[in-house]
Amino acid sequence: MDSVSDPALLTLESCTVSFGGLIAVDELSLQVRPGELVSLIGPNGAGKTTVFNAITGVYPLARGDIRLEGTPLGGLPPHRVARLGVARTFQNIRLFRGLTVLDNLRAAMHHGSDYDLLRAALRSRRWAATEARLQAKARELLGLFELEGRAEEPAGSLPYGEQRRLEIVRALATGPRLLLLDEPAAGMNPAETQRLMDLIRSLIERFSLTILLIEHDMRLVMGVSDRVVVLNHGREIAAGTPQQIAGDPAVIEAYLGEPTH
Amino acid sequence: MWAHYLPRLVLYVAIGSVLVGLDVGLPRLLNAYLVQILVFVACNIVLATSLNLINGIAGQFSIGHAGFMAIGAYATAWLSTTHGQRLLAPYEGQRLEPLLIVAYLVVLMFLGGLAAALGGLLIGLPSLRLRGDYLAIATLGFGEIIRVLLLNLEPVGGATGLRGIPQYSSLFLVLVAAVVTVAALHNLGNSVHGRSLLAIREDETAAEALGIDCAHYKTSAFVIGAFFAGVAGCLYAHYTQFIHPRSFDFMKSIELVLIVVLGGGNLRSVILAAVAITLLPEGLRLVKGALHLPFDPRMAIYSALLIAAMLVRRERVLQAVLPGRKGGGLRE
Amino acid sequence: MSQQLINAISLGAVYALIALGYTMVYGVLRLINFAHGEVFMVGSFIGLAALSVFHLPFALAVLVAMVGAALLGAVIERGAYRPLRSAPRLAALITAIGVSLLLQNLGMLILGAAPRAYPPAIDPAPIAWLEERAGVVVTRQQVVILAATAAILAGLSLIVSRTKIGKAMRAVSEDRQAAQLMGINVDRVIAFTFCLGSAIAGAGGVFYGVYYGTADPLMGLMPGIKAFVAAVLGGIGSVPGAMLGALLMGLVETGVSSVTLRVSPSLVLTGSTLRDAVAFAVLIAILLLRPAGLLGRPGREKV
Ligand SMILES: Nc1ncnc2c1ncn2[C@@H]1O[C@H](COP(=O)(O)OP(=O)(O)OP(=O)(O)O)[C@@H](O)[C@H]1O
Ligand SMILES: [Mg+2]
Repeated sequence: MDSVSDPALLTLESCTVSFGGLIAVDELSLQVRPGELVSLIGPNGAGKTTVFNAITGVYPLARGDIRLEGTPLGGLPPHRVARLGVARTFQNIRLFRGLTVLDNLRAAMHHGSDYDLLRAALRSRRWAATEARLQAKARELLGLFELEGRAEEPAGSLPYGEQRRLEIVRALATGPRLLLLDEPAAGMNPAETQRLMDLIRSLIERFSLTILLIEHDMRLVMGVSDRVVVLNHGREIAAGTPQQIAGDPAVIEAYLGEPTH
Repeated sequence: MWAHYLPRLVLYVAIGSVLVGLDVGLPRLLNAYLVQILVFVACNIVLATSLNLINGIAGQFSIGHAGFMAIGAYATAWLSTTHGQRLLAPYEGQRLEPLLIVAYLVVLMFLGGLAAALGGLLIGLPSLRLRGDYLAIATLGFGEIIRVLLLNLEPVGGATGLRGIPQYSSLFLVLVAAVVTVAALHNLGNSVHGRSLLAIREDETAAEALGIDCAHYKTSAFVIGAFFAGVAGCLYAHYTQFIHPRSFDFMKSIELVLIVVLGGGNLRSVILAAVAITLLPEGLRLVKGALHLPFDPRMAIYSALLIAAMLVRRERVLQAVLPGRKGGGLRE
Repeated sequence: MSQQLINAISLGAVYALIALGYTMVYGVLRLINFAHGEVFMVGSFIGLAALSVFHLPFALAVLVAMVGAALLGAVIERGAYRPLRSAPRLAALITAIGVSLLLQNLGMLILGAAPRAYPPAIDPAPIAWLEERAGVVVTRQQVVILAATAAILAGLSLIVSRTKIGKAMRAVSEDRQAAQLMGINVDRVIAFTFCLGSAIAGAGGVFYGVYYGTADPLMGLMPGIKAFVAAVLGGIGSVPGAMLGALLMGLVETGVSSVTLRVSPSLVLTGSTLRDAVAFAVLIAILLLRPAGLLGRPGREKV
């Protein structure tokens, strides 16, 4: 399959995820083209995070198919999906709280290393060269996100907003093609959110990224998205440009609550 | 090339000469009893730092480490009593003999380590499915099964223990093994591999999401940790010349867990704790003689220390040893 | 065969009494209370003292042992586990192992390591008419123990399903935070659960002592581990699961004790060795094959 016949980077085809009797994602289809920023919105419990978990291999699909540039992701364990170039953040921040900020990043860059256990145990020359390279790259990334001053601090001691930023840099440190951000602005004040919005847009250019974003902050979503997909009860109820979505009656209804049946 | 390795080469030669000096000098200064205590201290350093890789760094709680030591001790002791001694017999009294013995012991340590590593692989596999408390029970079961098997295995003496193991190991060799183990584990901790293990300890789901193969690393931690425990077992057996399943029971595993917990996961403190806890029973032996205690008070003290370490020093200890976030069960 | 079955059920009954404490405590606290086997041991010794020093009648001795064990459970919970409630779970686990070893060793310090004879509080002779008619040997002990176990289990079911505190226990098991928000005093519920589980284990300790005729400071170790395996086998957190698991463990253990396994000429495992090893084998197998246990609900960690 070449990129001409299939321009999408990520393709979901009638994906279904269920927990026992509960169907969290229901026959969802979705395409994300390279360089796009697509937002996934919907009320609480709509199934947005579950979509991320399905893409990254955390939860298995009951039905359907997920492909990254034509490579099927179904059945792959999370670390294999990550190595194919999919990185993510978590809704409830999951940093390595006891490790330093720098080590959080270096842990994410482990597959950029080229030395084995024995070389590590012997501190070979290759070990030294690789470690120096990883360290330099980690510091550069931290600089981009204004975290260089925190390099030696334990990640768990950072203020909330910085933890969210660190989680994004940590995801970037894996060198992804597709970045999944789960509510990156949650708990941030408007000024922080604005800065984050600019940052996210700049990432796409700088790292030739494609981004799938889950966010409740409508200003952020409307400001950065190329396209928006709206979920409710695991189903897509609307999709289109931010302007199209803003006026869609189905979307307004989903957010304002269902009429009584 | 040389610029990179030379400083360390100098360091190791220096450490080596100090150790040789100790080996030649100490037996003259100290009696056999004190030398034996030093051997035990060094063995426990190897055991505790290797358990620290599994418990402290990878965060996989194991309370069956003595089982790995038992495998290394029994496998190599059996090899020596059945084949090794015969192999070396023709050279007895010759000038080459000491050199041959060292070469033989090095090979043997490696074999003992491999045998134990195989056991580590076996117990590492359940660790892929089990977390926290369940894994602890499984490792406990593993250690007990090893002990029960050895108690019933007649070729290695069964319940009477295995006697007549040649004394090939020496204070010098045990100290060298301790230095090599500590250096290797320290370097490992300071590499992408060590950081991957730390990441798994902190948050397995996040580690996987960053492309870290948790299954591979967790198994590796058990295999490497078990390898060094097997090496320690080999050195122990070839020093004391007598081993019994009792030497590798639950109490031994708990002793090692206590050392790691007291050390707070930090390599240097683990070494200090290993020294302290190994010397403790020797001190107690004197007290016991004076007080005429009817039983060995070690376990009571270990358990009280374990509780105290958790309740009193918990902030400091736990931050280093245990995952920062609550977690690690089958259900949250 | 039916003889074996009766022995298995008697053993299973004692395991059930211990397993329930594991499962209930795990339910509310998500903690394997390693010291539970030692609560069983202490209960047994309290019963021994009540019977042979104070010459109390059997039923009263059981009651005293239950109260004593419940107090011990409360002290352990208060002193060792509550301070670690918000610490990582492994911290509580390490402490639990410490408490278990401490109690064993204090027991040895105070009572000595040698087993003590338990008075035959109930006539150990077989019931004659059953032996004549059906050909199975059932002792009066077995009948009394089974009846008492059944009564305790019925009482427990009533407490858990009918009383207010029982409902609170179930709520805390389901979701501790939600229970707290609903105004349930979680600390009290956890303390009560410890007392209840410990009391039942204390009764088990007396039955075990009477049944086997001895008690010693290390007696809690193996029964404790086997009861724990029973709880995991049935699905930890599930009360009926613990009973089912205990019964199965009784069956398995009685089954293998008459087996001799000849792995090779140099490795012959007899029933008495196998009996203990098989518990661990069952545990590792169940954890690998069906970690939620027979009656437990499988759960997936939310991410
Ligand atoms: N591991 C799980 N086990 C059982 N049910 C789950 C699990 N994960 C998610 N669910 C359920 O699936 C549904 C969708 O959850 P999901 O987290 O995907 O929603 P969401 O759209 O991300 O909501 P929010 O905006 O609150 O984050 C919910 O009803 C949730 O309770
Ligand atoms: Mg969500």
